[in-house]
Amino acid sequence: MTSMLFYLAAGVAIIAALLTVTRHNAVHALLYLVITMLAISLIFFLFGAPFAAALQIIIYAGAIMVLFVFVTMMLHQGELSVKQESQLYRPAQSLGAILLSTILLFEVIYLLSPQAAVIITPDTRVVIGAKEIGLKLYTSYLLLVEIAALLLLTALIGAFHLGRRHQENSK
Amino acid sequence: MISAEQLLFFSLTLFVIGVFGLLVRRNLLFMLISIEIMLNAVAVLFVAAGSYHHNSDGQIMYLLILTLAASEVAVGLGLVIQMYRRTLSLDVDQLSKMHE
Repeated sequence: MTSMLFYLAAGVAIIAALLTVTRHNAVHALLYLVITMLAISLIFFLFGAPFAAALQIIIYAGAIMVLFVFVTMMLHQGELSVKQESQLYRPAQSLGAILLSTILLFEVIYLLSPQAAVIITPDTRVVIGAKEIGLKLYTSYLLLVEIAALLLLTALIGAFHLGRRHQENSK
Repeated sequence: MISAEQLLFFSLTLFVIGVFGLLVRRNLLFMLISIEIMLNAVAVLFVAAGSYHHNSDGQIMYLLILTLAASEVAVGLGLVIQMYRRTLSLDVDQLSKMHE
């Protein structure tokens, strides 16, 4: 049963990824990218990594996607945007995304239902939870945490510098 | 149970899709999106290997990949905005006259 659920989620992830790289409209591509992230999160959950699954949704599908969507919205100005506003929402365009996310929704509903809990509950020693990761992260991998902090600080400064308005007199 | 080979092939497929997108698209935003897909494929591989050996190291590497992806997106989108301001387009072929 677990491998059946895995095949479904993997199929959804691959189809959504293929649709992501072939869309012409950036917002549609981002929509399919979010579905890819959600499917990957479900796969993490299926092979016993609930902490990674939660992070995948919170950080990838949440934070990083919001950044992408903000920038996409910022860049679509002018008459192109007006032309797009006139055909703002057509349900037919989101049909594929709705279909793929419905498959994921049914999988999650099945996983949460009580009769599935008996069949699918993974062996407790297979699951690697947040406690095990946290214990290792803040003891033997302490240097890695500091490197990650440094990386984020560098990215913050870099993004701030790159995002400034370009001065015309600097030529 | 999901076997390691299945996860390996899944990760490989996602990575190939990402490479395909990176090579085919000429829009800077889509190239960043393809890089995200490739990073995700590698993350799947790390977590899968970690759970195959029943070791939490894989998920710790996943945390680092997540940090890396966040930094990469912040800097990359800064570059996207800067490029749009200068060339009013996101076509990377426009940047070929950068040497002038």
